[in-house]
Amino acid sequence: MVKVKSLADLQNLKANLQTKVDLREKGDSAERLVQVRVAMATCGIASGAKKVMEFFIDELEKRNIDAVVTQTGCMGYCYAEPTIEVKLPNQDPVVFGYVDSKKADEIIEKYIKNGELVPGIIPVNYETIDNNNQ
Amino acid sequence: MHLLVCGGTGCRASASDAIVGKLQKELDEKNLQDEVQVVMTGCFGFCEKGPIVKVLPDNTFYVQVKPDDAKVIVEEHVIKGRKVEKLLYKDPADQKEISDSKHMGFYKKQLRIALRNCGVINPENIEEAIARDAYAALAKVLTEMTPQQAIQEMIDSGLRGRGGGGFPTGMKWKIASQNHADQKYVVCNADEGDPGAFMDRSILEGDPHSVIEAMAINGYCIGATKGLVYIRAEYPLAIERLKIAINQVREYGLLGDDILGTGFSFDIQLRYGAGAFVCGEETALIHSMEGERGEPTFKPPFPAESGYLGKPTNVNNVETYANIPVIYLKGANWFNKIGTAKSKGTKVFALAGKINNVGLIEVPMGTTLREVIYEIGGGIKDGKKFKAVQTGGPSGGCLTEKHLDTPIDYDNLIASGSMMGSGGMIVMDEDDCMVSVARFYLDFTVEESCGKCAPCRIGNKRLHEQLDIICKGKGTLADMDKLRNLSHVIKDTSLCGLGQTSPNPVLSTLDNFYDEYLEHVHDKKCRAGVCKDLMQYIIDTEPCVGCTACARVCPVGAISGERKGPHTIDQTICIKCGACMDKCKFNAISIH
Amino acid sequence: MEFVNLTIDNKSVKVEKGTSILKAARSVGIDIPTLCYMSLGDMNIENKPGGCRICVVEVEGRRNLAPACCTDAHTDMVIKTNTMRVLNARRTVLELILSDHPADCLICAKSGNCELQTMAHKLGVREIHYKGEMSTYKEDFSPSIIRDMDKCIMCRRCEMMCNEVQTVGALWGVNRGFQAVVSPAFEMDLEKSTCTYCGQCVAVCPTGALTEVDHTNQVIRALADPSKTVVVQTAPAVRAALGEEFGLKPGTLVTGKLAAALRRLGFNFVFDTDFAADLTIMEEGTELLDRLGRHLNGDKEVKLPILTSCCPGWVNFFEKQFPEMKEIPSTARSPQQMFGAIAKTYFAEKIKVNRKDMVVVSVMPCLAKKYECQREEFATDGNPDVDFSISTRELAALIKGANIDFNLLPDEDFDNPLGESTGAAVIFGTTGGVIEAAVRTAYEIQTKKKLEKVDFEELRGLEGVREATIDFNGLPIRIGIAHGLGNARKLLEDIKAGKSYFHAIEIMACPGGCIGGGGQPLHHGDSSILKARQMAIYQEDRNKPIRKSHENPFIVKLYEEFLKHPMSEKAHHLLHTHYFNKKNEFIIE
Repeated sequence: MVKVKSLADLQNLKANLQTKVDLREKGDSAERLVQVRVAMATCGIASGAKKVMEFFIDELEKRNIDAVVTQTGCMGYCYAEPTIEVKLPNQDPVVFGYVDSKKADEIIEKYIKNGELVPGIIPVNYETIDNNNQ
Repeated sequence: MHLLVCGGTGCRASASDAIVGKLQKELDEKNLQDEVQVVMTGCFGFCEKGPIVKVLPDNTFYVQVKPDDAKVIVEEHVIKGRKVEKLLYKDPADQKEISDSKHMGFYKKQLRIALRNCGVINPENIEEAIARDAYAALAKVLTEMTPQQAIQEMIDSGLRGRGGGGFPTGMKWKIASQNHADQKYVVCNADEGDPGAFMDRSILEGDPHSVIEAMAINGYCIGATKGLVYIRAEYPLAIERLKIAINQVREYGLLGDDILGTGFSFDIQLRYGAGAFVCGEETALIHSMEGERGEPTFKPPFPAESGYLGKPTNVNNVETYANIPVIYLKGANWFNKIGTAKSKGTKVFALAGKINNVGLIEVPMGTTLREVIYEIGGGIKDGKKFKAVQTGGPSGGCLTEKHLDTPIDYDNLIASGSMMGSGGMIVMDEDDCMVSVARFYLDFTVEESCGKCAPCRIGNKRLHEQLDIICKGKGTLADMDKLRNLSHVIKDTSLCGLGQTSPNPVLSTLDNFYDEYLEHVHDKKCRAGVCKDLMQYIIDTEPCVGCTACARVCPVGAISGERKGPHTIDQTICIKCGACMDKCKFNAISIH
Repeated sequence: MEFVNLTIDNKSVKVEKGTSILKAARSVGIDIPTLCYMSLGDMNIENKPGGCRICVVEVEGRRNLAPACCTDAHTDMVIKTNTMRVLNARRTVLELILSDHPADCLICAKSGNCELQTMAHKLGVREIHYKGEMSTYKEDFSPSIIRDMDKCIMCRRCEMMCNEVQTVGALWGVNRGFQAVVSPAFEMDLEKSTCTYCGQCVAVCPTGALTEVDHTNQVIRALADPSKTVVVQTAPAVRAALGEEFGLKPGTLVTGKLAAALRRLGFNFVFDTDFAADLTIMEEGTELLDRLGRHLNGDKEVKLPILTSCCPGWVNFFEKQFPEMKEIPSTARSPQQMFGAIAKTYFAEKIKVNRKDMVVVSVMPCLAKKYECQREEFATDGNPDVDFSISTRELAALIKGANIDFNLLPDEDFDNPLGESTGAAVIFGTTGGVIEAAVRTAYEIQTKKKLEKVDFEELRGLEGVREATIDFNGLPIRIGIAHGLGNARKLLEDIKAGKSYFHAIEIMACPGGCIGGGGQPLHHGDSSILKARQMAIYQEDRNKPIRKSHENPFIVKLYEEFLKHPMSEKAHHLLHTHYFNKKNEFIIE
């Protein structure tokens, strides 16, 4: 681990990490890198998010899908926990709610493999600071 | 191609199931079932205009769709690629149809500043945070600004404390910076205690770095090198994530000695609270951190003068801190354009109660309650009638229909008899009894008062007892006057914010629902059917066939009657458990 | 000095910056009522938690009412202390307090002397509009103090005395909300806590929540029993305060009336603890000189400084908090116990009464004395040297109950032989007195010279910690004095840390010494009363023909006839004691 010793260090680090993320998100390489984020705040975990996350990690590997599964915080849709966000290459991310193992299986088989949406999508209804430029 | 049909409760009630069926049928007939999928989704939140059908990938947003519209959607949009204009959403301002939902104002109802990284980054990986600009604000402040400039920027932003009081954050920093001492402290108040509020927990669990960064900036501004997070021990996950984050930041050298080579040093420690509501009050919080009994002391001296261990201390709440890094990155002028004249930026609310989309939302100050409830919250559950919304937790009040179009900000809420508080928002419908609601909050205050000052310790207990008497149907009109006087005296004489606001739920319900109180007192009736002592289960002799099922299920033997003859309930014995009503197959039993 | 100008009830007031609204108002004769507030200004003791909210006033421009006791006066403040809003709030709050307070005034120990009762009277409360559940707690009996927390109004005075002044740490606020109360940790019994029975909590309690264990009935029973010879001893500080209970001005000496009253109550022998105080000086002074001599001869084992041991609250304090220093205090028993031991041996033999038929009663300004006389080491075959210890307040109750018009009593003398005393003994009643008495005797014994001037002004006063060096004919003797256990702690910690060096230290547990004891008439926060009592003590000293303990003829006779010499084997057996490590007594398992 390199210590961040100056402003320049921090800026370089940010640029590198940003590129890494961009490559992952916008890379036009042939590899199909799927990103799955599981909302693992207290509300999510209480509703079973841990199981869902384990399911995705195990099953995506078993089914030979090149994917990154990470945890994240609360997405705000507490009524529909566990919630996950799936981002397929070159597509807008999609949030699914009420995800259990059965639903997770359906998401892998239909959405991740074939791009077919499945019921349980949570429509995103907020603006982020990235696109707010008042 | 995908056709998304809203499956939220509101839209379901207006036949979205039928829409799905019809769409499927149309597609089957046209043999398009393999190319186009119909998918039921969660609530869009825009229930006022439901049912909603959204077409992907072009983001066309159809509103108020009826099952019969399925045909035209399939024939026009799916087959011919022409948008169905009559179903498009019209901009209320100019009545122009908006076809791409990305341009709809509805998406601008929520703006995520404090929650910007929640649900986006992995909170246990600092790299993801840095990729999204974490610590860039700290770097900017340390390398480009003097503490005075940084404080001025905070003052200019107009940010006010999100913990409840709404004191201008920049001013607080300025006062703390002007007091000189060998050691100063920055304290993050993570003792979130309002019933139903959990935004601070979510921020710490989802984006701990925003808080750590802001505390360091705060330290630089006031001249403090030590930070403390006072967090309740009931938040184990938040504690763990915070610990992981602090360790990672230290490893990266962004906490510790000589940060970024600027000579500024800052580090953070955690202090655990035992879950006393009053410890959210800053003097009580400080006493608790010092190992003393967690009870408030009279201000002045303010913590900015004499706080933790008698040193100048600045206390800010988690959500306040979470806003701060962005303010420095995007500038005070960006931030102060969001919100209303005196309340800038956004506020996170925890929506709860009888609302469809229970959850965390973040809206610009000035958003109306109607927008929050009907356009984000998805409206009232089961299509019931809205009755009131309680904001500000036990310190707040109940707002009604007439307040729905009031823009939410600190001052408007206080003017309406409630307050911002930490952002709990509990929605109530016709099934809620407002006297019982007031009693519920008093129950909480009685439990959580520290007991130091007499009006709060004894007064709230007496208020609770009076409300209990009214709920039991034993109240008199004189009791109502007593309630009001006692409420005013408690507000007027209590030592800290807890007692000064605890009667608000009583006063606001007295103001807005006086007739409900009168019904309890005068008619001995609870219209919501909540107050058991005022309810009577009565058997209607007409539909009753004398099957004896109710008499057999009654646990106290209150029901009598001849077989095949009408039965009656002895009200003196009945415990109002409702078992008889559940059992009756002939709908002969009702509540009065 | 900076001043602020403000208006209170239309009166212009000019006060020093930093003065509270309460003090500013009182300076112009506006008497804002207070309940939890208490100030013993001269001793730097102040209680203002801002808890009772009785003293609220209206400050123009302020959203809510301000507590006058803890809000500073500022320039241009416009304050109203008697508007409708204030009067209603004040009365409502008092009604609330009364609604959670048992209304058994008629049979309460504090009736007539209760600040809550006075306040209800002052505000003219005739009805309590807000009735409801009352908070109840189990009654807690200890050897000295009874806690009836149903009557606690959470003024926190006791807590302040126990923690800030005494640093004993036995009483704290516990629980939340309506159940909040002042109690030992984990609501354990006071007896199991760090309590020293100093009684300062009782001395400041405005209601009947904290009272002494009442032993008057046992005394009456003993007096009524013809088979018992009842002997009474009365402590020096009692005579300087008892008059207050009968409407006399604080500081009125009532020694003669006191002796007369005790005789009319039926005590067979009316003696004086002062006699035993003289005896204490003989033993303790000799011990000091012994240790000092050995130290000067190079004995490294000898423990210095020597600490006085007359005060039972102080003994409890170091046994519980500083047991590692238990070898330092003098082994001399307190005057109360020396008296008991001598009464039930020397005197009992003289009048040919079996000790089992003799009852020794002590009248003390103190509540810890009740515990002290119950200590096992101060009994022979289960028969205690002192049977009952009653407080000054209890004695007043006895006198009133016996239809004695105290103020009309003639002045009478104590009986002999245990009633004769010197001025040195009288000053035991105030801080600095024990050590001054010891110096008077030790100086003459050590230097074999006659003291020209017996008044050691340098040892007197009300400073919490005092130091002085007395010239013993070329030998400088360093003396330390502390009153109030918090001050004692400071001194002890300095000694432990090697920061200060003394030959002898006097410690009294109560602020002011015994004149401010937990068993004295209540001062209700008026420190001028304590000062007046101190003046009276020194006046009594000046009035005495003999002012040095070793010159007391009956003491001389006692040694000749019975004890032989100070620290003799017999003296060791009867007049000395040893201390225990009581630290583990209050560890919670």
